[in-house]
Amino acid sequence: MNDNTFEPKILAFCCHFCAYASADLAGSMRLQYPSGIRIIRTPCTGRLEVEYYMRAIENGADGVLIAGCLEGGCHYIEGNLFARKRVTATRNMLEECGIDKERLRMVNVSAAGAVNLVQAILDMVDTIKQLGPNQVNPKAVTDSLKQGPESPAACCLQQEAEIE
Amino acid sequence: MIVAQRKSIPELQDIIKGHKNILVLGCGTCVTVCLAGGEREVSIISSALRIASKKTGEPIKVSELTIERQCDNVFIETAADEIKKYDAVLSLGCGAGVQAIAERYQDKPVYAGLDTAFLGILESRGVWTEKCAQCGACVLADFGGICPVTRCAKHMLNGPCGGSRVDRCEISPNQPCAWQLIYKRLKDIDETDKLKKIYPAKDWSKSLDGGSRTIIREDHRI
Repeated sequence: MNDNTFEPKILAFCCHFCAYASADLAGSMRLQYPSGIRIIRTPCTGRLEVEYYMRAIENGADGVLIAGCLEGGCHYIEGNLFARKRVTATRNMLEECGIDKERLRMVNVSAAGAVNLVQAILDMVDTIKQLGPNQVNPKAVTDSLKQGPESPAACCLQQEAEIE
Repeated sequence: MIVAQRKSIPELQDIIKGHKNILVLGCGTCVTVCLAGGEREVSIISSALRIASKKTGEPIKVSELTIERQCDNVFIETAADEIKKYDAVLSLGCGAGVQAIAERYQDKPVYAGLDTAFLGILESRGVWTEKCAQCGACVLADFGGICPVTRCAKHMLNGPCGGSRVDRCEISPNQPCAWQLIYKRLKDIDETDKLKKIYPAKDWSKSLDGGSRTIIREDHRI
């Protein structure tokens, strides 16, 4: 897919105390980031389960960004450290599934880190654009199908239809 | 408890190859506690299998169910209706659970999704260690509650091998020497006299020798 037309959908889990505050500040500062970012506020990144990341990829997110407090600055002391370990384990599992692990990424920003958060988002968008759409995404499958019946995605869609 | 760990996703894909409609069946007992095959792991592994199958262009239907205990008929029966709906079952129970399910659903392929490792305890968060080799003739009473059969790399029953360095095992420096632990423990509880007892060669006939073991309690049979 052409980079100019592909706008990645990225799910961003932002912790209430730092990353979400940063996103809020980014808005106040009129900092721009692509509209494909969907922010979900979470009490702490330590609250996030591995299932959330897996389900997001399974249901078609092109990328998942976990944004927590700076290490050592977590409101819940070490929630972001637990999150980091879970993200690392999930990245490895995604690789086992044939999904590039860069589709899941964790960043740490302070409550005043609007510029850093936006930069992290832009970096993620760049990475995902290079990787292309998530082939697990039913819509990506449909898009690829339009490009030709021989594509792997077309094959995938056809087989899914056969199962149903 | 029984400690197990999951197989890799490519391994699982290979195991379930050819099936289009799979039930991933979790167990709510030991493997839940060791974070290998409980409800959460069923959800994660099912999701991973769906992602991997779509990625390879051969999407399969993967459903999830967790029962209280896979090695117990009472609980297995609760899954009967669900199991009938699927081509195959990928059990995230221990080896006993997988076999219990397979025996009761003879026309249904039942596969193991975990590698059952050992009988052990939770040492600290995320760390499990082996404590019992299930030899069938427990010697813990003589060794201060520390098992030389399991925890000594050479299964020595009559003292240390002499190869340990400080308090570390020469086979595996990450492990403490079991005999160092036994001596310290017996000294602490003032039972070092027990070390004078000479153990003959261990009788392994009560272990896996001769096939799988059965215990029959007539007083409990119906």
